[in-house]
Amino acid sequence: MRGEACDGAALSDASALTLKPLMKIMALLQIAEPGQSTAPHEHRLAVGIDLGTTNSLVATVRNGISVVINDEYGHPLLPSVVHYQADGTVTVGYEAQARGNEDPHNTIVSVKRFMGRGIKDIPDLATLPYHFVDAPGMVQLKTAAGVKSPVEVSAEILKALKARAEAALAGELTGAVITVPAYFDDAQRQATKDAARLAGLNVLRLLNEPTAAAIAYGLDNAAEGVYAVYDLGGGTFDISILKLTKGVFEVLATNGDSALGGDDFDRRIYCWILEQAGLAAIGDHDKRLLLTRAREAKEMLTDHPVADITAILSSGQVVDLKLTEQAFHDMTESLVNKTLLPTRKALRDAGLQPADIKGVVMVGGSTRMPRIQAAVGEFFGQTPLTNLDPDKVVALGAAIQANVLAGNRAGDDWLLLDVVPLSLGIETMGGLVEKIIPRNSTIPTARAQEFTTFKDGQTAMAIHVVQGERELVSECRSLARFELRGIPPMVAGAARIRVTFQVDADGLLAVSAREMSSGVEAHIEVKPSYGLTDDEVARMLRDSYEHARSDVEARQLAELKVDGQRLVEATEAALAEDGEALLDARERAAIDALLQAMREALQGDDAKAIKRALEALNQGTGDFAARRMDASVRRALTGHKLEELDI
Amino acid sequence: MLDFNRNHFELFGLKPGFAIDAGALEQAYRSIQSEVHPDRFAHAGEAEKRLSMQWTARVNEAYATLRKPFERARYLLELQGIEALDPNNTRMPADFLVQQMEWREALAEAQAAKDLAGLQRLEQEMRRVADGLQVQLAALLDERHDYAQAAEVLRQYRFMEKLLAQIDDAYEEIE
Repeated sequence: MRGEACDGAALSDASALTLKPLMKIMALLQIAEPGQSTAPHEHRLAVGIDLGTTNSLVATVRNGISVVINDEYGHPLLPSVVHYQADGTVTVGYEAQARGNEDPHNTIVSVKRFMGRGIKDIPDLATLPYHFVDAPGMVQLKTAAGVKSPVEVSAEILKALKARAEAALAGELTGAVITVPAYFDDAQRQATKDAARLAGLNVLRLLNEPTAAAIAYGLDNAAEGVYAVYDLGGGTFDISILKLTKGVFEVLATNGDSALGGDDFDRRIYCWILEQAGLAAIGDHDKRLLLTRAREAKEMLTDHPVADITAILSSGQVVDLKLTEQAFHDMTESLVNKTLLPTRKALRDAGLQPADIKGVVMVGGSTRMPRIQAAVGEFFGQTPLTNLDPDKVVALGAAIQANVLAGNRAGDDWLLLDVVPLSLGIETMGGLVEKIIPRNSTIPTARAQEFTTFKDGQTAMAIHVVQGERELVSECRSLARFELRGIPPMVAGAARIRVTFQVDADGLLAVSAREMSSGVEAHIEVKPSYGLTDDEVARMLRDSYEHARSDVEARQLAELKVDGQRLVEATEAALAEDGEALLDARERAAIDALLQAMREALQGDDAKAIKRALEALNQGTGDFAARRMDASVRRALTGHKLEELDI
Repeated sequence: MLDFNRNHFELFGLKPGFAIDAGALEQAYRSIQSEVHPDRFAHAGEAEKRLSMQWTARVNEAYATLRKPFERARYLLELQGIEALDPNNTRMPADFLVQQMEWREALAEAQAAKDLAGLQRLEQEMRRVADGLQVQLAALLDERHDYAQAAEVLRQYRFMEKLLAQIDDAYEEIE
């Protein structure tokens, strides 16, 4: 870990500008009492989005209460279905779903399962009616409107939710919290964040779905103790063990299966139908029809002992079957057990027994299945909690967090401590993994480890970043490969290469490597190979026909202005709180000058000038920010055995 | 002024030592987290966001180190300039090594026979031994300040932790 103090160059250069801003100080002092924010208290529109495999939702906090935003027909859910037409028309949701049976190739359902996944990762390729394109990193789908990446498809769903929210709230969104399965690996998280960027959303945070549910549940019920969140969605399964104490949601352990969900139950029924009806090769149209019937039968069995399955295939053949509860149980027993294995692992990682769990919160539409509730109840020896709508609870919790992160309420009332779901490491000799960040480490986290060369005169080192629990690289997920070049030639074992892993609050990884021994430094920052660069996102935006080049530029300008305005407000608030205590007159004047330059740049439409002013203000406030942070840490410890501190 | 160079104990306002007040540690950790966590800076400037990230990572690392007895002991020795797990130093009493081999065999047998009760018995025995090593570590580090001996006990403790992790793997395999 290194403390990166900003250099004072920006401050000293600004000394010629001290006269003008002095007046500004007085103005600020007049309007702001210490500890009071100078930022206008304006309600910022922020939403929580549950981007689900089967359905997606958007929620917001209105008058202090988290509510799901319905569409114009009163539907809370948006089916996560996207339909593409040859003329480029895109439809999303129920309308797209309605076209699914007619036009299965161009109707993408459950796209979440393909996020950050290669073609080899999709086990049931044969039952899916899509034309997959094997692309490096992530699989792509060939549609009538061209080849689409899962990121682009997901962005369409997010755009629809954004439009819904902006219409309902009558304004532009400041930002959004997007939920992801806790067990999503880095590639899947990165893909989700890219989709949000592509949809034009400012991502306040990627939040784990079980944690979002815990916020909604915990705050509602004033819960204290250790809780398990059992989250079985359409295509993903998460189990999180959380310790809830006054205002702190601490994830102790998480586990899951990012390729297990309600869809798998549908497929078991689908296969049973094929077997019972003696069907072998059927067309894509019939596949989609029977998958739909399978899902309907599963839902029917939630409160009926028997479900009728009837369908007329394109050949004219009639399918007419009865599926009993018992037969359904028998064919899905192994799926239910597949959720209990990660549950046991999570408990063991948390060092707990089922009896230590005070309550089990059920999340995700698939937990409506009576068999699931019974199995979970039996495992924990208690009736699971279902008092919040399992479809909505994640979005509701995300909205509550979005409201805090957007700055609409002081977030002093609670704290989320989440973890990395899967260990992160690098490949070492013999195809083995050296773990650098173990699973269930609290995020954000940074860890460094030193490696060395194994050949005399070696000047480059290949670094392969992987994620997973297995010891062999071949059994873990490959996230990124990069090379550190320019190592000075030395004898084997003499170089000291420090590899640093950093996981941010979104659970996203950045890796850097540096040769330490000779004073010559080589340094590289990588993004996982599935992640899109800013240029790629810009290109995707341009590619989409609705965004002419000028639109892209207009949007970039608008985003810069929002960033600039946000920084002005944040700096003003910081100055009002701590400016007097932590800055001398010269430092204060320098910051005021930068602030004024930022305000002036924001008056115009010169994107480059705004960017320059932004960077200068960020640079110039680095020291001040560091002192503020130190002061607040010191304040936090006051009262904690200060008498024992021998500072 | 608080800075990145303070040791983990100082960071939380605790006296350095193997025996610590777990409640005070947790409380101090949470108090600092409440101030520095990125959720507090989601709408702040880049400089503050970066600092928040660095502070939180620092505090998380310190907490993860101090809350686990093994890591805490290793860290205390590190503060004394002793690299307890130096691969060049593998000195280990012979009877301890013999005992290790016996446990390993018992573990392999229980695993092969899918003997859950056997595994549980083994786990209990090893936990008892590990707890005993912890008591020894506390005396050596906090009272006798015999760091060389503490390093040896820590190496034994590491053996126990590895074996316990293998038992966990065995449970998973049987299930």
